Amino acid sequence: MSVEWLHPLLIATALALAVIGAVRRVNLWRAGKPDQINLIAGLMAMPGRYLHDLHDIVERGKYMSRTHAATGGGFVLSALLVILVHLLGIDSQILAWALLAALALMFVGALFVFKRRLNPPSRISKGPWMRLPKSLLAFAGAFFVLTLPAAGVLPEGSGGVLLTVVLTALIIWGMGELFFGMTWGGPMKHAFAGALHLAFHRRQERFGGGRSTGLKPVDLSLAQEIGGVLGVAKPTDFKWNQLLGFDACVQCGKCEAMCPAFAAGQPLNPKKLIQDMVVGLAGGTDANYAGSPYPGKAIGNAKGGPDHIITDGLIDPETLWSCTTCRACVEECPMMIEHVDAIVDMRRYLTMEKGKTPNKGAEVLDNIIATDNPNGYAPASRTNWAADQNLPLMRDVKEAEVLFWVSDGAFDMRSQRILRAFVKLLKAANVDFAVLGDEELDSGDVARRLGDDATFQSLAKRNLDVLSQYKFSKIVTTDPHAYHCLRNEYNDFGSDALNRVEVLHHTTFLNQLVQLGSLKLSPFTGAKVTYHDPCYLGRYNGEYEAPRELLRSMGIEIAEMERSGFRSRCCGGGGGAPITDIPGERRIADMRMEDASSTGAELVAVGCQQCTAMLEGVVEPRPQVKDIAEILVDQLVDSTADSSVGQLAREVH
Amino acid sequence: MQPNQFKVDVASKLKIVSLVSVGKHPQSGRVRRSDQDSRAVELGLKLTGDNRSGESLTVLHAGDPREQSLRSYAGMGLKSVRVLQLDPSADAILPLGQHLLQCGADIVLTGVRAESGESSGMVPYQLAEKLGWPIVPRVANIVSVEGGVAEVLQALPRGQRRSVMVQLPFIASVDSAAPEARQSAFGPASRALMDIEVVSASVDMTRESWEEVPARKRPKRLKVVKAKTAAERFKAATAKSQGEGGKVMKNESAVEQAQAIFDLLKEEGVLR
Repeated sequence: MSVEWLHPLLIATALALAVIGAVRRVNLWRAGKPDQINLIAGLMAMPGRYLHDLHDIVERGKYMSRTHAATGGGFVLSALLVILVHLLGIDSQILAWALLAALALMFVGALFVFKRRLNPPSRISKGPWMRLPKSLLAFAGAFFVLTLPAAGVLPEGSGGVLLTVVLTALIIWGMGELFFGMTWGGPMKHAFAGALHLAFHRRQERFGGGRSTGLKPVDLSLAQEIGGVLGVAKPTDFKWNQLLGFDACVQCGKCEAMCPAFAAGQPLNPKKLIQDMVVGLAGGTDANYAGSPYPGKAIGNAKGGPDHIITDGLIDPETLWSCTTCRACVEECPMMIEHVDAIVDMRRYLTMEKGKTPNKGAEVLDNIIATDNPNGYAPASRTNWAADQNLPLMRDVKEAEVLFWVSDGAFDMRSQRILRAFVKLLKAANVDFAVLGDEELDSGDVARRLGDDATFQSLAKRNLDVLSQYKFSKIVTTDPHAYHCLRNEYNDFGSDALNRVEVLHHTTFLNQLVQLGSLKLSPFTGAKVTYHDPCYLGRYNGEYEAPRELLRSMGIEIAEMERSGFRSRCCGGGGGAPITDIPGERRIADMRMEDASSTGAELVAVGCQQCTAMLEGVVEPRPQVKDIAEILVDQLVDSTADSSVGQLAREVH
Repeated sequence: MQPNQFKVDVASKLKIVSLVSVGKHPQSGRVRRSDQDSRAVELGLKLTGDNRSGESLTVLHAGDPREQSLRSYAGMGLKSVRVLQLDPSADAILPLGQHLLQCGADIVLTGVRAESGESSGMVPYQLAEKLGWPIVPRVANIVSVEGGVAEVLQALPRGQRRSVMVQLPFIASVDSAAPEARQSAFGPASRALMDIEVVSASVDMTRESWEEVPARKRPKRLKVVKAKTAAERFKAATAKSQGEGGKVMKNESAVEQAQAIFDLLKEEGVLR
């Protein structure tokens, strides 16, 4: 019996079906809104991005990175060679041997995938994903045996009918998963969508070691257009490459493992959220989802489609409002999916179209609109905290080297202690600085994270107008949230107020002063100290070193928490989460304080007033919480004071 | 009191008008939707059923249609705001009254007093006088409307409520105890239509001669705590305020009651 025609036919069929699936999938993405992306340049850059950017993230776990390199690399090679050898029938022993090597590599990789799936961690999805290692083994094994005759190891036509039937079955299974499943929504979809997502990513600046964390502004003119919608109401309101990004999810659950809201038992799981987005873009229900649910919410009740309002049945608004926008999920995602962008996009619809910002959200937004600060204090009382500080006002001096951006901490008594400490340090280092006083407004951070981009844009433009009147070369702020807005989000409004201006966080600036010798510090003699990385300083702006260097300059040896640096756990205070206050089983701040306590530290050094407030809200006994500026000021050796005392003493005698 | 327990005659579709003014934030002095007026809009939206917003609820303003604060009322989900365009110096009472008669309003909701301008709190009373309708001041809620009669809850000090039955049509001023206004959203606020009708009215001559100056803060009387025990302090904080001097007249004839009011007004120097 001759079945030489059978296998090429099967391969051709599988490939043809895969192409049809790919066209269908691409059309699902194309239902999204247009985005300015250079398609050719993206495709050209894609292999490099895979090998460099994506692999750098996968490389954080050695086991999986090697497994993936062997399996994925072996598969890509095998697939190409299978086409050459078995479909086109090129009779070359070299090609056949190369194919055997690639299949062997893939097979070994697949064995490790299999081993990992024997006792999988809770974060990874089960269901069809449990089948994947077996499909990989079937594909690699069957083609290996099938290639042996071509390589001259076995004589042509060896093996009986039984072997042929078994091999054919295995090939159908393997190709069904790897060719057909890749574009028709199986687990291998991640390879197809993932590769294209790397090419057409909405934040092209992220690749090659770049950082892109500022939210994209909403086109407010949509509010006037007929049928215009602010934010994302339906899956088709996303940009097409965002939809593509959702499809790239490999359901590894690294986001879930890092998400503070998930750990706190709030109804958010970033992985499930992305899978719900996939349900939305393709239509259907979440019944086939085989990972962890949103805490406290059963699986199977979510329904959606490309033109269905997402918050009507697909996602509970509480899920969206649980997010602290800490970006831990984005930082962890090997497929470089932008969870926070998607969440804020959907919040924008809820706030700007539906007027449904939960709990204190509406009140805070009203206050920001009416008084330019979230608590509704009189705008003229913004500088009351500094009544005894004699701060130079920009309105008077017009020009200074450093503009000290005070932020809304001006209205909060705890934050004022940080501000005072920082002012004392600035004065001790003889820095030429000034503040905006009552001309400063809220940075717009909270309004933007709560989805009110209209208010954010209004604040940003008014702040930029004020800034453009004065001359300064640096803006320094003690608030990482204002820092992020000024540095990364104020550039979208066509103002040149911040051109050639360096925006710095106070820890960066103080570190420069200490390194230059402008601040003399005595060694810190207190107890053990740990450092908490604020999300908006670390993950949003990549500043991990300056605060640590400052602490070391006082002779402090930092007892690092298990989750620190880019894996730092959020304090729970970002993204308006304390305002929308979605209930969970635990408080995020409590968990973070546990992290700190378990290092044995008695002092938590912080670089953010919001983190300070959140961590100090944890019940005692707990370590003390101090901003780095406050720790520094206690160690400040006031050289001028000493010498004047000396002079006085001499005059007396 | 749950607002969604509201009962209306199915046969008669209510025509509700909420009057809105330009609000002023107490801290920043910036224009905004007035707190009480927006509660009047909220109550109107609830009475007409949220889904039919804009159908049988008319939100009416007399003044400048370009006024930005009108948009923040619209952001509560209104399709349009009816504006009687007037000269700023004109007296709005007459055109408002005419409009209310024309549109066949059943219930007119206003705030107790405006946050800017004269802020006298006289608009609902003057309208009621002009139209000859009853006025229910300081309502917290409208419970039901059946057979042309509404059951209205009036807000009294310290969280007390008084149930009042009133014949339609009537005017009610909405107290700060009424349910809080829903969030104003940017999208609907920008989209809403300003339904403008240019009207002319006589210039408010009395007002012309007035001079406006910012209010001076009056010194606060120091509060002397007389209570000795916690129980007394609690009682002082929660007890019903006892009017001093007044008397309750229930069984006297109407003439006697009117005479008593007349005497009191004379005594207080209100009537001369």
